Amino acid sequence: MSGSEPGRYWQRTSRLMWTMMAIWVVFSFVVHFFASTLNSIVILGFPLGFYMAAQGSLIVFVVMLFMFARKQDSIDHEEGVAED
Amino acid sequence: MANQRSGDFISNLGRIYTYYTGGFFGFVILLAILEQLGVPNKWIGYGFVFLTIGVYAVIGILARTSEVGEYYVAGRKVPSFYNGMATGADWMSGASFVGMAGTLFLLGYDGLAFVLGWTGGYVLVAILIAPFLRKFGAYTVPDFFAERYGGNFARILAVIVLISCSFTYVVAQIFATGLIASRFLDMDFTVAVYAGLVGILLCSMLGGMKAVTWTQVAQYIVLIVAYLLPIIILSAKKFGIPLPQLTYGMALQEIASLEASMVQKGLANAATLKPHTKPFTTYDPLNYFALILCLMVGTASLPHILMRYFTTPSVRDARSSVAWSLFFIFLLYFSAPAYAAFAKLEVYSLINAGTQLANLPAWIFTYGKLGLVKVCGADAGTVDAVIAACGKIANHGGLLRLQDLNINTDVIVLSTPEIAGMPYVIAGLVAAGGLAAALSTADGLLLAIANALSHDIYYKMINPNAPARMRLIVSRILLFFVAVLAAYVASTRPADILSMVAWAFSIAAAGIFPALTLGVWWKRATTQGAITGMILGYGVCVYYLVGTRYFAVSFHEMWFWLGAATDAQLTRYNELYSAWQAASGTAKDAAWRALNTHAQTIASWFGVRNISAALFGLPFGFVGIWLVSLFTPAPSREVQDMVERTRTPAGEMIMQEKDAGAGSH
Repeated sequence: MSGSEPGRYWQRTSRLMWTMMAIWVVFSFVVHFFASTLNSIVILGFPLGFYMAAQGSLIVFVVMLFMFARKQDSIDHEEGVAED
Repeated sequence: MANQRSGDFISNLGRIYTYYTGGFFGFVILLAILEQLGVPNKWIGYGFVFLTIGVYAVIGILARTSEVGEYYVAGRKVPSFYNGMATGADWMSGASFVGMAGTLFLLGYDGLAFVLGWTGGYVLVAILIAPFLRKFGAYTVPDFFAERYGGNFARILAVIVLISCSFTYVVAQIFATGLIASRFLDMDFTVAVYAGLVGILLCSMLGGMKAVTWTQVAQYIVLIVAYLLPIIILSAKKFGIPLPQLTYGMALQEIASLEASMVQKGLANAATLKPHTKPFTTYDPLNYFALILCLMVGTASLPHILMRYFTTPSVRDARSSVAWSLFFIFLLYFSAPAYAAFAKLEVYSLINAGTQLANLPAWIFTYGKLGLVKVCGADAGTVDAVIAACGKIANHGGLLRLQDLNINTDVIVLSTPEIAGMPYVIAGLVAAGGLAAALSTADGLLLAIANALSHDIYYKMINPNAPARMRLIVSRILLFFVAVLAAYVASTRPADILSMVAWAFSIAAAGIFPALTLGVWWKRATTQGAITGMILGYGVCVYYLVGTRYFAVSFHEMWFWLGAATDAQLTRYNELYSAWQAASGTAKDAAWRALNTHAQTIASWFGVRNISAALFGLPFGFVGIWLVSLFTPAPSREVQDMVERTRTPAGEMIMQEKDAGAGSH
């Protein structure tokens, strides 16, 4: 744990968690509140409201998890609590 | 020696599974050639099913083990990429594979609640749960509860929740194997169920988690190829681009214009037609979002999923493994809406063309004979049956109308190859994919149940001094009996149990999620708090599920003031109630059934559907833990230190198995 204030690791980890949870709430729920309105925009044949529930949110989930894994890993290293 | 060998195996994984995938494609091509040479369909079907199950069994036998650590957590050596594939197969059930596209076909936009719910849950797994459970080093999910919440009472509660959500689920998987095999191979249903049982046991009994992991990877490859190939072909045929997930936008546009055209021609009823992309035609927004929430939180609480992340080599790998899992799951779920759209386009074009009942296409009768397609309310077994049934409807013009057609959700995926005129080999491939999906999920669930019984109940509570050899023997015996019991229940075709499968998500969410997440994220959570929260969450959830389904009349009588029934529904209820009270003799039973059926549609709190019961269970669980924890003394120094170490990736696992490697000879 060299060079790191106690508690700072968990603080940064928690902050990352809340950021991720906020994105999760937006793409799980908030975007879809507006499905009817978004459906008036059509891209490549997809009404946008439908698209967000069928693909858009899913792509966000996948990408955010890979980003989360990277970000958390760099926090682990910077705070000196990474494995090995 | 054993380590040497498994080390070689792990470092050669890429090559092994590339050969395997190549071999599988070669096998598909071989069967396609045999079909062209005139080999009967039945033999092609048998070839698919028996060869794939045979390969899984061989992997299961090769991966046998006599080490406790390998049996329970695959020696914690599974690279995150492969664990992702295994989780994909573990997660995607027979019902997801076979029924998902059909649900989207029927519900349109509202069905996407399942697509969202069954993917977004992995965000919760990765961020809130999996890395910490990996660091903890438990063998089972109840293990964590016992260690964090001071002992066996919390362990027992977790085992009860685990078995309640997993057992009905595994019965449904074995039922699905029976259904797929009996439809495609004309096998007797009961024989097919027990054949599935043998396949499941061969994959799991000898090697536990280690064997299940490597068969699940193999099963994932089969299921994803089988799911994607038909729609890739379809997309290339229809739109010239083999990317169905992109081209179905065009199908959606055509569907919208067909919807308008059918209504105009009088071939569809404007009042009952649900425009495919229009939100909230089946669920109101409250139920749509409640369903998404319950499925997501349920996903993050199902023990057979969580235990997959015990198998990665490190905490870091556990995190990236969840990302890979979601990626592999995403491949199927973002394709399912394309399946639904292509099938809908096909069916709507058929109706819009003004098809005479006498000229209906063959697939309607193929599935009508199995009772999966109804026309004018009767099974579409033959042309005569269809014409007779429609003849009873006043003013039926003799053309197939949208409201005449009733398609079971399973038909969409199973019939797509046939509807699109593809060779039988593709249909056989789809059957093999459906079996892979059902078998892999059944393996994971059985292992979760049997491990909870053998590790948590037998080893931790009954005989803590049991030597490794004894523990493995007990595990295998329990696995065998749980599997046989599940297969027996499945063979009786239990309608009630199958309808309860959807409950698993709410039960797991309400019973496990609050205590699990707060156990890591809130040091102040106490044993008494967790126990209160688990009992309250699980209790409220089960009360709501059972009350609204099996005791609808009393539930409504007690809670009508919290319900959301319309005045018309309440009037109808009162009429039926008086009719039941006035009736006597045999009429009384019939009156009760009418009353009960109606009550099931209105018995609720705030109109929330039964499947989203965790909407009530979750707040009770969280508030229960929070309040009681505040009023009880803080957890001991040791427990708080343990939570601290759980949060820190570096360092030893919290739970060290004293004989993890013992018995390896």
